[in-house]
Amino acid sequence: MPLNPELQGRVFPPTEPYLVGREKVREFARAVFATNPINLDPEAARAAGYDDVVAPPTFAVVVQEHAIAQLLADPASGIDFSRVVHGDQRFISTRPIVAGDLLTATLTVSSVKTLGPHSIVTAQSAIADESGSPVVTAISTIVIRGED
Amino acid sequence: MASATAAPDFATLTVGDVVAEREFPLTRDSLVRYAGASGDFNPIHYRDDVAASVGLPGVLAHGMLTMGFAVQPVVDWAGDPGRVADYQVKFTRPVVVDPEQGALVTVVAKVGQLDESAAVARIDLTVKLGDDTVLGKAQVRVALG
Repeated sequence: MPLNPELQGRVFPPTEPYLVGREKVREFARAVFATNPINLDPEAARAAGYDDVVAPPTFAVVVQEHAIAQLLADPASGIDFSRVVHGDQRFISTRPIVAGDLLTATLTVSSVKTLGPHSIVTAQSAIADESGSPVVTAISTIVIRGED
Repeated sequence: MASATAAPDFATLTVGDVVAEREFPLTRDSLVRYAGASGDFNPIHYRDDVAASVGLPGVLAHGMLTMGFAVQPVVDWAGDPGRVADYQVKFTRPVVVDPEQGALVTVVAKVGQLDESAAVARIDLTVKLGDDTVLGKAQVRVALG
């Protein structure tokens, strides 16, 4: 099934709020081999001026996943999940994610391109806190492999 | 260094300086741990039969796991994860993790560019499995102002 070219520019509704838990941050930090005490120890985080432990730089992927799931699950997008490969990823931070944050992600399909049999979709997730202030922009490029 | 979380002095940096190096020995356990922590339960990251059925050479590390640990030497150098303002990579080659031998990924972090006016250092990562580079254009912008 071909990719729907009208996806470009499409904006999805904000995801359900995601509450960043302290133990989730610590679990994620350990999984990415983080050793910085600001990621792991609430006292060290407070000493550095944060309210609680700070998430590692790639933690926003957890929130981004909820936004991208909307795109992949939408039958109108024409994306075959089994053929999806992650191409590029970028996180541009306004401020770090801290345990206690309540985050939502709003996904925009910023570009849809074709390269030979493959389709390349760039999706931008604007992640904001409870007050609506921007926290991080997660930009993901996925490649949908064409039939061999 | 005054404390573990103190920032490096921007004025002392030179393009080309190696600021951090680290080896990451991955095992299948690392992949299961990351699957649980991230919520990415794609079975190609822990099941040999599924990996083989879709034509992969073996069970692969999550690209986001490699991206996630590759920045850690920079976080420790910077002193505070909150100083990482921008981080990007391209996933250029998969990391196959052998069930017995695992996989050893090496990270070298070098100063790539210095923005004097903003006191932002661009740190470029070289991330390799053996002789193969597994992440392309891996760049971390660290705010040291």
